[in-house]
Amino acid sequence: MIIDINFIGLIIASIMASAVPLILASCGELITERSGVLNLGVEGMMIIGAISGFALMTVTGSLIIAIFGAMLAGVLISSIFAFLTQTLITNHVATGLALTIFGIGISAMIGKNFVGIPGKEFPILFESLKDTIPLIGPILFGHSIVFYFAFALPFMTNYFLKKTKIGLIVRAVGDSPVSASNQGIKVRLVRYLCILYGGAMSGLAGAYLSMIYTPQWIENMTGGRGWIALALVVFSTWNPIKILIGAMIFGGLTIIQFHMQAIGVRIPVQFLTALPYIVTIIVLVVISRDSRKIRLSTPSSLGKSFHKDN
Amino acid sequence: MIKIVKRDQPSRAIFFFTPVLAIFLTLVAGGLIFFILGFKPFEALKFFFIVPIADKYGFSELLLKATPLCLIAIGLSFCFKSNNWNIGAEGQLTFGAIVSGGVALLFYEQEGFYILPIVILAGAIGGMLYASIPAILKTYFNTNEILVSLMLVYVSKLILDYLVVGPWSNPEGFNFPETRQFSDSAKLPLLFEGLRIHAGIFLALAAVVISWFVFYKTYLGFQMKVSGFSLKTAKYAGYKGKKMIILVFLISGACAGLAGVGEITGPIGQLHREISPDYGFTAIIVAFLGRLHPVGIIFASLVVAITYLGAETAQIFMQIPKYTGQVFQGMILFFLLASDYLLFFKFKFIGSKK
Repeated sequence: MIIDINFIGLIIASIMASAVPLILASCGELITERSGVLNLGVEGMMIIGAISGFALMTVTGSLIIAIFGAMLAGVLISSIFAFLTQTLITNHVATGLALTIFGIGISAMIGKNFVGIPGKEFPILFESLKDTIPLIGPILFGHSIVFYFAFALPFMTNYFLKKTKIGLIVRAVGDSPVSASNQGIKVRLVRYLCILYGGAMSGLAGAYLSMIYTPQWIENMTGGRGWIALALVVFSTWNPIKILIGAMIFGGLTIIQFHMQAIGVRIPVQFLTALPYIVTIIVLVVISRDSRKIRLSTPSSLGKSFHKDN
Repeated sequence: MIKIVKRDQPSRAIFFFTPVLAIFLTLVAGGLIFFILGFKPFEALKFFFIVPIADKYGFSELLLKATPLCLIAIGLSFCFKSNNWNIGAEGQLTFGAIVSGGVALLFYEQEGFYILPIVILAGAIGGMLYASIPAILKTYFNTNEILVSLMLVYVSKLILDYLVVGPWSNPEGFNFPETRQFSDSAKLPLLFEGLRIHAGIFLALAAVVISWFVFYKTYLGFQMKVSGFSLKTAKYAGYKGKKMIILVFLISGACAGLAGVGEITGPIGQLHREISPDYGFTAIIVAFLGRLHPVGIIFASLVVAITYLGAETAQIFMQIPKYTGQVFQGMILFFLLASDYLLFFKFKFIGSKK
């Protein structure tokens, strides 16, 4: 049997494509969590991004408006979370859950008029270079701009957190809000911005799903990816580079199930579909077993409210 | 001028008033959303909240929907009171339904008084087994219970799907994704002729009474509350934290499992693909809206159950998308959390004297 080397390249490329939304949402959530805020609403923000992107694309016809509109929608919906948790000092977990329930409801409500409408073709870059190099060509070339952005994002996030002054401020706010506040840093403002940024990235992740990955609107189309993105942040021990690895593993699991079905492996399809969720649990167990390591890498004030009067 | 001042102590009166305020604000915001969508706000709200429960049948449907919500929320209140974030009740409901449905299918040709208790017990055990996974992983492997319990929801629905399509599907069912009908002995009796409300409501009421007793009359309930306020204090007092975590998860799993039993052995009488319209998630809202108090949860489950019915009615009569129900549920929780601000802070009016 001859295995076409380009076919392997295509499989790897498709794994990468399915990793894109996870990378985007996880990197956004990572910044939010690094500032000490646990936003469990990723799934809700993502689905809002998905419908906003798709709806704007259909209505305005402009891909640029749609992409940025989806990010803006993510920002808007996360601003509810930011206002509640930061200004009204509500519980992060409960507020995040409310955000997810609300987001899924709103998206389905708006999306009712967009079911069954075909998507648009999203422009891909470097298409002509795709066949120039075997194996590498399909991996490197012929993807959307969002794809390239997603794979650059973990490195940019890493640089931002480690090498820039604002990154240092974000980490300080997450690790020790009291001392940061004593240094004159506006803790609440920093956290607000980090939450909104997380919303923008989740929105973009959603738009990628509905505009590029499977260009159409399907109700509940995020299918738990927001939650997997949250798990990835734990998996990465809050290190953006490791998000890349985690997202590729989960992307791989998603893609492999299609190929196993295609070559006729006799495993029930439901089991293959459940695989990413089961693996998430196993991975979480393996990572979390070392409680010392988790304690050291978790932002110290994660999920705890900060109020100046306290 | 208005100044915001921190209260010396959280206000107890406001503790029970804010859920009412939250519901009111949700109605206002809901009316606004209807207006934006181009519906007459008052008419829409009427179809949403009054028309569905205006007759006997509607009221029975309300209790039918409130039963699983109340049951699950009671279970969750054990977890939430002790600071354990079990958000996978939907999975525990599904798995409880699978186990009890499996047992009911074993007896599909038999009748007998002993069948129903076994089926109910099986559901509770199924829910407990499923809830024990996040509990054990949390206690012994330090794993985040939020993510584990949530991932298990997806897994449970896929297991159910596999079973009703594959090995458990009705051999005479023309490949519909459903099992055989259970025998009458495996079904919860209906309470009134022509209405769908069934004996499952007694399970919910029993859970309310038992939980009230445990919370307020036992040492265990006290330990739970202390652990909820401060894990450090609980540790200092020498409470067995790990046992407590597992116990509250088992209780809430059992309740969710029983809710699952009610869904499949009530009016439907078979396993099929969609046994629950996300009762497990909505019950989280019910638990909070009811202030984790057994009596509060009864009222909250009735209020939230209306959003399910209202969504259906509003869709039929006004073509309002049925997802408005979920939007309302999310909003109730938002407003409830927001109005909690009043618990800790008060507005002080200061005269502008110069």
